[in-house]
Amino acid sequence: MSIASPFRRRDALPGFGFSLGITLLWLSGIVLVPLLALLLRPLELGPLGFWHSVTEPRVLASLRLSFLGALAASAVNVPLGLLVAWVLVRYRFPGRRLLDGVVDLPFALPTAVAGLALTALYAPNGWLGAPLAALGVKVAYTPLGVALAMGFVGLPFVVRTVEPVLRDLPREAEEAASTLGATRVQTLWRVVLPALAPALLAGFAMASARAVGEYGSVIFIAGNMPMVSEIAPLLIVVRLEQFDYAGAAAVGLAMLALSFLLLLALNLANRLWRRA
Amino acid sequence: MTPPTAEPGWARALLIGGAALLLGLFLLLPLAAVFTEALRRGWAPAWQALSDPDAVAAVRLTLLVAAIAVPVNTLGGLAAAWCIAKFRFSGRALLLALIDLPFSVSPVISGLVWVLLFGAHGWLGPWLQEHDIQIVFAVPGLVLATIFVTFPFIARTLIPLMQEQGRAAEEAAATLGASGWQTFRRVTLPEIRWALLSGVLLCNARAMGEFGAVSVVSGHIRGETNTMPLHVEILYNEYQFAGAFAVAALLALLALVTLGAKTLLERGGTPRSLAA
Repeated sequence: MSIASPFRRRDALPGFGFSLGITLLWLSGIVLVPLLALLLRPLELGPLGFWHSVTEPRVLASLRLSFLGALAASAVNVPLGLLVAWVLVRYRFPGRRLLDGVVDLPFALPTAVAGLALTALYAPNGWLGAPLAALGVKVAYTPLGVALAMGFVGLPFVVRTVEPVLRDLPREAEEAASTLGATRVQTLWRVVLPALAPALLAGFAMASARAVGEYGSVIFIAGNMPMVSEIAPLLIVVRLEQFDYAGAAAVGLAMLALSFLLLLALNLANRLWRRA
Repeated sequence: MTPPTAEPGWARALLIGGAALLLGLFLLLPLAAVFTEALRRGWAPAWQALSDPDAVAAVRLTLLVAAIAVPVNTLGGLAAAWCIAKFRFSGRALLLALIDLPFSVSPVISGLVWVLLFGAHGWLGPWLQEHDIQIVFAVPGLVLATIFVTFPFIARTLIPLMQEQGRAAEEAAATLGASGWQTFRRVTLPEIRWALLSGVLLCNARAMGEFGAVSVVSGHIRGETNTMPLHVEILYNEYQFAGAFAVAALLALLALVTLGAKTLLERGGTPRSLAA
């Protein structure tokens, strides 16, 4: 192998060149070359054509729904995920293992199955949809349903990101706060919560990133009305069906760019928080 | 008396109850809905839906796709874990980030990139047509899209564990004259086998349950390019709800078995780095 060894002496362990070679082949063949097509294909449209393609009202509406829906769902998931992580880490009670397993359900359940199940539950005649409809809340086939499905797939990300940080949190700080006369609520609010903030933000970011691109869980419950409850990934599928490859790639590229900006902003917020 | 760093009993009960209610209503109830809907008219219609020739073909195709995608990603994941966890080289962090890339891309985009490459209007489309090779709307496309989506699972499971284990044992083996292959098989593999198995299970579950990516490249030809999740969608769109939920229930069972096996493996002592 022609790849130079990073060490001055000959490395005692063999297989670096071989394994790196396989890794690069696997990575470029499966991930990098195909993604390159996504980057280059919209160029056919020209800069102006690209701009028109991604600022069509229907595209803008779908991007707005995908991103705002994902952000709203993840924002709700932060307190809910914190509650679940807290209970799982701090308390011992019968059924804890079961609850712990249930958290991973959205990871394991195929998205189409989740989509079908949520639609059955929240449809106007469903177990939860009927009582909600009686209260005048319509979930299925509305943007609320989209956000609900996004919340379903995102919750484990928040729980699983906060859990290890909470487990490693030194109890001494809490003891010190209480010795100094803080009430339990004050301690939680002023000592525990700030220590968890970076993890909560990271969980929020991961849940949002997943929810933005989510397809299978969402399309069944969304109803997919253009301009109202149509998500961006679905628009890619619609354009592909019209053989508008460049237009489909343009929407995909816009989604990636917006996700990247979102993660960058959250990363920056995290850094500022750590410095403060 | 309640210790100063714990919550009073009533607050504890309230929090545990809240978390249990949330997980039960939000995550567990959809699963219950799948099985209830599948068996609404008893076992006979459910069984009939599953033994329908199109359903059997879908199961067979799903198994075939997973049987190709999982070994490819196991090999790539092992190679990537070996060079990233056991060696230091420039570009290592970048390589790690690139391996994670498929996780942050919408499943629809994971399918789209293959259409951009191999579709009728794709870069290689005309050439493929000339040579009568079908990739998109055929089994190879399904396999490629599935490999893309399940790409990071095994590498991500192995890398943290192998990094933690360091390289002293392997160096000793190599110094004592073991060949690279012997070192891997006799020293490394026994240490990572449970994590590897866990990663393979997760990879397999996702491969069999993937919906968005395969939906884009499948073309939905019954009996030919329909995997189980796609079959669920077709039945649902044709208002064959009992059949759709029966196939969905089979997929949900797969998810439950995977979750159970993963929990057992974790109890066996492997660290839980699988979430996210």
